[in-house]
Amino acid sequence: MHSLPEPIAALPGLGAGFMALLRRDLLLAWRRRGEVANPLLFFVMTTALIPLAVGPEPALLAQLAPGMVWIMALLGTLLAADALFREDYLDGSLEYLVLSPQPLWLLVLARVIAHWLVTGVPITLLAPLLAALLALPGAGVPMLIAGLALGTLAFCLLGAVGGALTVALGGGNVLRPLLVLPLYVPVLIFGTAAVARAAGGGEGAGPLALLGAVTALALAVSPLAAAAALRVGIDG
Amino acid sequence: MSLAAPLLEFRDLCFERNDAPLFEGLAGEVRAGDILQVTGANGAGKTTLLRVLTTALSPAAGALYWRRQPLPRARTRYLAELAFLGHAAGFKLGLSPRENLRWLGGLFPQRGGAADAALGALGLAEWADVPCARLSAGMLRRAALARLPLSGAALWILDEPLTAIDQPGIELVEQLFHEHRRAGGAIIFSSHQQLALPGMKHLALAA
Repeated sequence: MHSLPEPIAALPGLGAGFMALLRRDLLLAWRRRGEVANPLLFFVMTTALIPLAVGPEPALLAQLAPGMVWIMALLGTLLAADALFREDYLDGSLEYLVLSPQPLWLLVLARVIAHWLVTGVPITLLAPLLAALLALPGAGVPMLIAGLALGTLAFCLLGAVGGALTVALGGGNVLRPLLVLPLYVPVLIFGTAAVARAAGGGEGAGPLALLGAVTALALAVSPLAAAAALRVGIDG
Repeated sequence: MSLAAPLLEFRDLCFERNDAPLFEGLAGEVRAGDILQVTGANGAGKTTLLRVLTTALSPAAGALYWRRQPLPRARTRYLAELAFLGHAAGFKLGLSPRENLRWLGGLFPQRGGAADAALGALGLAEWADVPCARLSAGMLRRAALARLPLSGAALWILDEPLTAIDQPGIELVEQLFHEHRRAGGAIIFSSHQQLALPGMKHLALAA
């Protein structure tokens, strides 16, 4: 026989919900690491094919490199972001998030951070390898790493808003990429500009600072927007 | 705990689907120790009503009160004392029942009781560390029910909690309900089955 606390049970702290979800998602990602590695494999394979397709001249490759690596990173995270809330919606666990007394935006942020840790961070770490495959001048590599670390976080945050808006629609719908891609464009422009300038011997800090600003804005706004979209998404 | 104060009260609830009312003018209340069974034909709006009562859906008209405070203003307080179980168990299939109860413990108040005891009470002691993907539908349902006594919630709202559960399992659920009401909790659930519990209230939805 259990007795009920009167009138309210001790609420777990705000950090408890955040950490519980982060741990859960990382554990789940570890359990199916093959599936999680798929976007990374896509990222590496497509980039490795470029020198074979366009020819091995280093000058041409170096000119293509910043844009190519960034486009692959964008597509890699875009593919993975589809499952962010869809699975939770289908297995019913999204209902627990929405009906938790914890703020939904904080729980959304935990999911996004976990998603970034298993997609964005590995892509960032693989980037130097791809830069070498595409003969990117060494001066551009630090800028590529810094830009991708910020940029993939922005991709995950913005992707979460799109995923939340379309959560109740059928799987594989074309609406979500269409919603999200315009938001990805500034990240792509600033990210590639930073790398191209640094690789050309110039100063890449300006575009990188703008990229940082975009990521900071996404960090502030996306969790709130995604939380609001989720409440609407499961309503009906 | 005073028997006089209603926990959840709802008045004149109306919900519209495709511009036609699914139900309207629904009123009722649950007090400590009450068990309210929602019945009705398929499509009568049982799930919708339960989800309106959790505040996941907004009614077209009507009012909800938790401990006499209007919802959704008292929502955070209400959600801290509510345990909801929907059609889907809400468990991650890649995790074991114990791991699922752990992450849920970060989201909701838990009384710190042992997950082992709760799972054991529902006959899942040997399955506590097996990935949920390997459990049968009935066992998964039992695992989801194990969260309820752990949650310390005053009100349980359960949508078809008996789906896929066998006869011995139903007796365990009855035991769970009985203990919850004795502890001063209340339950609202939908089911087509009759439970052998005395003094249950009923709310029938017309198709």
